[in-house]
Amino acid sequence: MSSFEPVLMANMALPDSHTLRVYESTGGYQALRRAIKELTPVQVIDAVKASNLRGRGGAGFPTGLKWTFLPKDHPGPIYMCINADESEPGTFNNRYLMELDPHQVIEGIILSSYATRATTAYIYLRYEYPLSWKRLQAALDECYAAGLLGKNILGSEFSLDVYLHKGAAAYICGEETGLIESLEGKRAWPRIKPPFPAIEGLFRKPTVVNNIETVACVTQIMARGVEWFKSIGVPSDPNNPRDPGSYGPKLYCLSGHVNNPGCYEAPLGITCRQLIDEYGGGVWKGRKGKAAIPGGISMGLFTEPEFDTPLDFAGPGKVGCLGLGTAAVVVLDETVSMVDFLHNSCRFFQHESCGQCTPCREGTAWALAMLNRIRAGKGRLRDLDLLLEIGDTIGIIPGTTICGLADGAAWPIKNAIRKFRGEFEDYIKRTNPHGYAVTEPVLALPVLAGAH
Amino acid sequence: MGIVIVDGQEIEVGEHERLNGIQVARRIGVEIPHYCWHPGLSVVASCRMCLVETGTRAPDTGKITMLPKLVPACQTPAKDGTVFVTNSKLVQDQRARVEEDLLIDHPIDCPICDKAGECLLQDYHFEHGQSERRADLRPFTSRRREMGDTVTLFVDRCVMCTRCVRFTREVSQTSELLVIHRGSHEEIDVFPGYPLDNKLSGNVVDLCPVGALGDKDFLYKQRVWFMKQHDGVCAGCSTGCSISIEENQDAVYRLKPRENPFINKWWMCDDGRYGYKHIHSPDRQIEPRRRRAAAGATTTASVPTASANGGISVADYANIEWSEIPSALLASLRAAIGGQSGALAAVLSPHLTVEEAYLLAKLARTLDPQAYIALGPVPVIGQDESYPQAFTIHAEKCPNRMGVAAVVAHFAGGHHTWDDFLARMETGALKAAWVSGGYRTPWIDEPTAARFAGLQALVVQDLFDSPLWRRATFQLPGAGFAERSGSYVNFAHRLQSFGWAIRPPAGAQVEGRLFWQLLGRRGLYDPRAVLNEIAGEIPYFAVAMDPVPKVGVDLRINQLAGTTS
Ligand SMILES: Cc1cc2nc3c(=O)[nH]c(=O)nc-3n(C[C@H](O)[C@H](O)[C@H](O)COP(=O)(O)O)c2cc1C
Ligand code: SF4
Repeated sequence: MSSFEPVLMANMALPDSHTLRVYESTGGYQALRRAIKELTPVQVIDAVKASNLRGRGGAGFPTGLKWTFLPKDHPGPIYMCINADESEPGTFNNRYLMELDPHQVIEGIILSSYATRATTAYIYLRYEYPLSWKRLQAALDECYAAGLLGKNILGSEFSLDVYLHKGAAAYICGEETGLIESLEGKRAWPRIKPPFPAIEGLFRKPTVVNNIETVACVTQIMARGVEWFKSIGVPSDPNNPRDPGSYGPKLYCLSGHVNNPGCYEAPLGITCRQLIDEYGGGVWKGRKGKAAIPGGISMGLFTEPEFDTPLDFAGPGKVGCLGLGTAAVVVLDETVSMVDFLHNSCRFFQHESCGQCTPCREGTAWALAMLNRIRAGKGRLRDLDLLLEIGDTIGIIPGTTICGLADGAAWPIKNAIRKFRGEFEDYIKRTNPHGYAVTEPVLALPVLAGAH
Repeated sequence: MGIVIVDGQEIEVGEHERLNGIQVARRIGVEIPHYCWHPGLSVVASCRMCLVETGTRAPDTGKITMLPKLVPACQTPAKDGTVFVTNSKLVQDQRARVEEDLLIDHPIDCPICDKAGECLLQDYHFEHGQSERRADLRPFTSRRREMGDTVTLFVDRCVMCTRCVRFTREVSQTSELLVIHRGSHEEIDVFPGYPLDNKLSGNVVDLCPVGALGDKDFLYKQRVWFMKQHDGVCAGCSTGCSISIEENQDAVYRLKPRENPFINKWWMCDDGRYGYKHIHSPDRQIEPRRRRAAAGATTTASVPTASANGGISVADYANIEWSEIPSALLASLRAAIGGQSGALAAVLSPHLTVEEAYLLAKLARTLDPQAYIALGPVPVIGQDESYPQAFTIHAEKCPNRMGVAAVVAHFAGGHHTWDDFLARMETGALKAAWVSGGYRTPWIDEPTAARFAGLQALVVQDLFDSPLWRRATFQLPGAGFAERSGSYVNFAHRLQSFGWAIRPPAGAQVEGRLFWQLLGRRGLYDPRAVLNEIAGEIPYFAVAMDPVPKVGVDLRINQLAGTTS
């Protein structure tokens, strides 16, 4: 680990790291100049494919493969959408990149657009990031002035316009088709797939959606080469030919009950415990850890013994979590009530559910209502089974919803109750000593003998 | 051609058929429950009621591979080798969960809900729901909000299928309705100051699978299970939308569109939907009367000249029994004609059915072989209003101009219009006339009525009082559209046949029935027999010789076949 040199964050400590002057002084835009002069778009795609770069936005889909889904010889336009909606609780690595090294991001956008033959790119920016907005816009202006954007970039045939679009603060706008709908000026209701965005996306044209960190990685792959990228991280499982592995550096977001919260660059595959102890200075106040969110709240929960799980694309799944997600680790110390944690999580998802799909819209609200009741001292053991049933049946994995928000809502419920069931039961018995065993429904109003 | 497998049964689908799981399952009588999907709207696959298991059968090995998760049947194309399982435990459990979810906030106020009895939430709950209510959480609320002049929203009954929102965006293209708020707080609403106000607005009530959107015209008037549905044709304009007339004990409570891909798809316009009220108007004429001056005499009656007070008064009339009418009427007309050829005219209203128009023309020609046959006034109000995703609301506000004009042309050998008839009367050649009306709005003014002054006998069949009615020798109350049976031909030559939905009020007589009787035909008035006769006699109607399907028949089919073969 000590041999690891930060790359994505290398410039961030420099004064005025967000300016074109500083970025170019450290070799910035050299990769772009070389690519445009020496490489065809297909060669750029091939390089990204060979690097096995996987999307950093949450789903971990191989980026090069996604690009090849675009129709061949399409007359255009093809759109590039850069997902900077970063709303997953605990996640702030995109913000570091946009505020402190926006040109690294923009170089990646230009490279990715060159590769996919996109002529227009949109950066969909989270509303709550005013400094990112300012710095990105200033950086874009610098690029236009320097001939790095606009017509005939660097004197080549390639032209690209990049527009910065500010969202209105909704988590669902980060879901790629919600983002596309929102960009089109509509309500961000995720679309049914197929068609996938690569075939029919923004304005019904072929579209690629990539995360900010993903395109920053593209910059580095084109600058340092595929070999460099693949020298970092966890190689593919030799027994599984379809495993793309977990290569490259990763910006881990560490927050919660640690001594030194922050954004840290480390090779993919460090364990959660390494991150907490070696980067975060351990759990705060000399306390013990109780649990941790591995990659944003939608990914579920690690118990303390599970802290040794590697934070790569395959690791969290092995202990029952949804995945690596955004690699945003939130540490909960031993004083945290899991009931409070789950309440907070349910509150977030019921607030953010876009409301299209019945199971997500009603399931997230029902789960929150049960958590509210448990915290009000009226919980029943039976509620835990109902919560688990909701958790097990909402999402695109069981097939009951349109987008993955519901899976993200389900995972904290499933993990918290399955991994900490004793605590939930104790809480309910302690706070509702007379009613915890009730199994009959207690109705808020007399039953109207309507339906049965 | 391909084979789709639904619950183990193989179904053949045509090569060019694009069906989804719901549609293909229907072919073997399997109904997959659904809220948000509608054949006339875009697919959103959001209600998640139609989730099924699906897979594919390998064409070579026949091996079936199932997907490990549920999919919406509405969004899954039925292609060769597609397998649907609609009745597994996984599917049934999930349906029960969706029902449970939808009822979390629902007030379950079926006893006071208009939709009860035709509500999908109710029906599906009986079929797929669970008896226990596990979500014992929130107190119910029951809020109501107006969407516009015709539609009201019972907010808490809504299941957020968004059919209504999509209708106003995709079909009426007026976009009044929208979803406000997010997640479980979502509600249907309109923008402040922009109510639901378009000529297709009533369709959103039909589309609503539950009791959320209510039709203010129908609200709390009738329980749906008391009503009987009759296939009918809207008489509001020459589009002739296929409708269902819903009545209880001879009172019409509402009209609903009836699916017809050739005319109105699944929709109808508000003008038609709410335009049936005149048939129950207290102003309707319901007593047949004969001018007193002519009472007892058969030869002397002449149409009174216009007087300063607008004609003769009601007091000049005596009621007459329907049973006495045939002989009195025929005698009066014969006397007026006096054996003079071409002295009788019959005016066929575009509100008559084809059969009625034909019988009236026949009757006139029996009394006077040279009788003058003309088409009645064709009401045109405003301009055609086109809804490209639905149909055009025509300015021609009568259902059967095409059909009646064809009958007129057959008998008269040309187009005789109302103006031609008036001009003919001017020449003094006419001694008697039979004018059929049936218009829902005033259709003849005093100066025009005054031009009838020279006639010896005038028979007027109509719904309402009019200057002409007051000049009639015989005032014969006629039928409204829901009381007739027969056929209309719409603007596009499509003939639709229908039966009566209600009986006319006591004292009124359906026109066709009277003509049948006057022609001395046996038994009950039988419009199908008349249509056969017409089809044999008038080439334009030839295809109507075969049974007429529910969606009607294009009368040009023969001619088209003739030109292409
Ligand atoms: C509810 C939901 C929220 C999401 N939010 C974000 C987000 O804020 N930022 C992001 O990059 N991806 C987000 N995603 C993932 C995107 O859908 C998409 O997978 C990603 O932007 C693709 O980029 P990548 O391949 O570069 O990771 C979200 C997904 C879901 C289901
Ligand atoms: S799963 Fe939830 S957030 Fe996603 S589309 Fe459905 S209702 Fe919206």
